[in-house]
Amino acid sequence: MTDATELRTRTREFLAEHPPASTPREEFLRARFDAGLAWVHYPQGLGGLGVPRALQAVVDAELEAAGAPDNDPRRIGIGLGMAAPTILAFGTDEQKQRLLRPLWTGDEVWCQLFSEPGAGSDLAALATRAIPASDGSGDWIVNGQKVWTSNAHNARWAILIARTDPDLPKHRGISYFLCDMTDPGVEVRPLRQITGEAEFNEVFLTDVRIPDAMRLGGIGDGWKVAQTTLMNERVAIGGSRIPREGGMIASTAALWRERPDLRTHDLHQRLLELWVEAEVARLTGERLRQQLVAGQPGPEGSGMKLGFARLNQRISGLEVELLGEEGLLYDDWTLRRPEIVDFTGREAGYRYLRSKGNSIEGGTSEVLLNIVAERVLGLPSEPRTDKDVAWKDLAR
Amino acid sequence: MSATPDLLYSDTEDELRSALRGLLTDRCDPAAVIARTETGEPHDPALWKALAADMGLAGLLIPEDLGGQGATHREVAVVLEELGRAIAPVPYLTSAVIATETLLAGDTTKGGVAAGLLAELAAGRRVAVLALPWTTAPGGAPYAGVEQRDGQLHGRVTGVADALAADVLLVPADGLLYAVETAAEGVAVTAQTALDLTRPTAVVELTGAPARPLTGDPAATRLALDKGLSAGAGLLASEQLGLADWCLTETVRHTRERNQFNRPVGSFQALKHRMAELWLEVVNSRAAARNAADVLATGGDERALAASLAQSYCAPVAVRVAEEALQLHGGIGMTWEHPVHLYLKRAKSDSLALGSAGRHRELIADLVDLPAP
Ligand SMILES: Cc1cc2nc3c(=O)[nH]c(=O)nc-3n(C[C@H](O)[C@H](O)[C@H](O)COP(=O)(O)OP(=O)(O)OC[C@H]3O[C@@H](n4cnc5c(N)ncnc54)[C@H](O)[C@@H]3O)c2cc1C
Repeated sequence: MTDATELRTRTREFLAEHPPASTPREEFLRARFDAGLAWVHYPQGLGGLGVPRALQAVVDAELEAAGAPDNDPRRIGIGLGMAAPTILAFGTDEQKQRLLRPLWTGDEVWCQLFSEPGAGSDLAALATRAIPASDGSGDWIVNGQKVWTSNAHNARWAILIARTDPDLPKHRGISYFLCDMTDPGVEVRPLRQITGEAEFNEVFLTDVRIPDAMRLGGIGDGWKVAQTTLMNERVAIGGSRIPREGGMIASTAALWRERPDLRTHDLHQRLLELWVEAEVARLTGERLRQQLVAGQPGPEGSGMKLGFARLNQRISGLEVELLGEEGLLYDDWTLRRPEIVDFTGREAGYRYLRSKGNSIEGGTSEVLLNIVAERVLGLPSEPRTDKDVAWKDLAR
Repeated sequence: MSATPDLLYSDTEDELRSALRGLLTDRCDPAAVIARTETGEPHDPALWKALAADMGLAGLLIPEDLGGQGATHREVAVVLEELGRAIAPVPYLTSAVIATETLLAGDTTKGGVAAGLLAELAAGRRVAVLALPWTTAPGGAPYAGVEQRDGQLHGRVTGVADALAADVLLVPADGLLYAVETAAEGVAVTAQTALDLTRPTAVVELTGAPARPLTGDPAATRLALDKGLSAGAGLLASEQLGLADWCLTETVRHTRERNQFNRPVGSFQALKHRMAELWLEVVNSRAAARNAADVLATGGDERALAASLAQSYCAPVAVRVAEEALQLHGGIGMTWEHPVHLYLKRAKSDSLALGSAGRHRELIADLVDLPAP
């Protein structure tokens, strides 16, 4: 089955069997997964039909028209955007069967235990250790500290990278695990953000026991597996499809139209400049998607998150200025642990502050520029002193 | 054309700076400032007493015969640089600069209301703030929020910076300027949730507030307000300079110490160039801020130009340096416990305060005959 007509029929049949109005949300989502309509490009039996990704739009349109519930992707972004593609690419059959369905339906939330206090941009330098349990069970015992872990307070599972061999150079001694966040050795402490919220956390891992069956990819292959996660993360952050005047420019454009009293010549020119940039960025994203569908993936993807971060920051900064006296205000500093994060949500002050994180989370803009310079443009890298040195001998 | 301004720091100014920096290092560390923002009392009264009364800094602009120190805007600018650097939660710019300048521009005859107030301000016994929205630029339209009936004031002013710390409000109403005690009946000052955690704004509501007039006619009011706001805008640049300087210094320190890829991140040329660019902008800010301070001090005819020049340059620089500081700190810069957010929030709010950079560029356009199309 490959074409849109067939898929449309199939979706309608599914809707007839599971009328959204009378089917409980969880039940509907699970049935949708089982019918292969969750993510159509995934294999049959894992929520998909093994058809091109572009056809998902056909399914989504039918479901939306029928008022069907969705899986609230904002709540489970790390699962959908990062854990799932990595599990799909490297997971065992058992892992895929056990994990993907509740991941997609949102029954199980995921978080990402990658960054550490000493390993951010240089993620491969991480120090969290996983060593084989001495009881011969084959389990791994994990100790270390992770930081900036978004959503750890809601998560049932984590994607985790840890060092299994400190004697090898840093990239080679890492393994990738799926960590049960309910293990008694996992301690999650809220970390307050400049927005007032505790969106991310510190996570302390003390003798956390992970069965070998929850290792993803080979021992020592963790860095390679993590690349899949990181690539998907950057697309997930910067690559979503938006309509004209969607995203960060929406509220600023609306404010301009609604409030003639705030308008000045200076702000007008700056708004228009950003409007043009936002529209062009949107078209670049659209073109990238067309390239993918046409089977000609281009390197533009590496730049999407860069542009996204820069635009979000500049637009929200302008919006605060445009507000004038109201720009002096903030909506709420209360310390909360949010369930979802919406970069374009709340008020202008929040958007201004939260968007500062866009050029840090998921790889900083500086690191992404290096990637563009070296992998896209082919420029030589800076001399490196850490490539062939055992991890344990590196400077910290 | 006025004479070439003195853009350096004098020995006295350097001494003042080091005394003040010592005090602020002891009494105003970032962790304590952050902790205070989480309480219901954003201002630090003990620090204010130490600065205003003990060190006598509140009276710098006030002549000796009115109880002050008889110093100039140049020393005040140095104080503001240091307060900006320490992000100190004290009403110095609002009370010791703007309200003080406004009062000094009016009738300061001995025994009068203004003279009495100035003596109390100079002694650090009381705090006064101008009851105008913090975004009011010099030379703007007179504020229409408050009216006078039978000697009492009625009306509402929003976005008044430091009003929560004030004992006295200077309220423009119907062309005159009045002094209103915040403790009086008919006066309510309510905190707003402000972006700037260390210089919060408030709403002032006057419902039959008793008021003592400070000016005799609209022209005098206008002059006094312009003088206060223009000095505020010109000297705010020194606060912005201090703030930017702290952000850059701290970022340089952090990137020298923070190792990634087996080397300090500050050793990457991409970051070195970024910080070097910021340094250039801080250097320029210093010249613009010193110029404003000196022109205000010597009373030259380029007061308005110097103030607008300083604001239109220094305000965006402070924002940019604070934003870059956050970015170059990485994840730690996004946390509440690291002080860089206090600087970012202050810099962004400062860029709206006393006229935006865009507004000041418009003022410059008129002053230097580069009219709009
Ligand atoms: C809001 C938010 C949410 C996050 N969520 C998660 C999460 O859920 N899970 C997780 O694992 N991590 C998460 N992170 C962490 C994030 O991935 C790291 O903060 C990021 O990779 C940067 O690492 P660092 O903070 O250690 O900064 P550092 O690596 O110390 O960087 C400091 C500065 O140096 C620059 N720099 C570093 N190397 C170079 C270089 N080679 N060339 C030029 N400049 C360089 C950086 O760009 C940065 O400006 C989150 C971060 C934020 C802000």
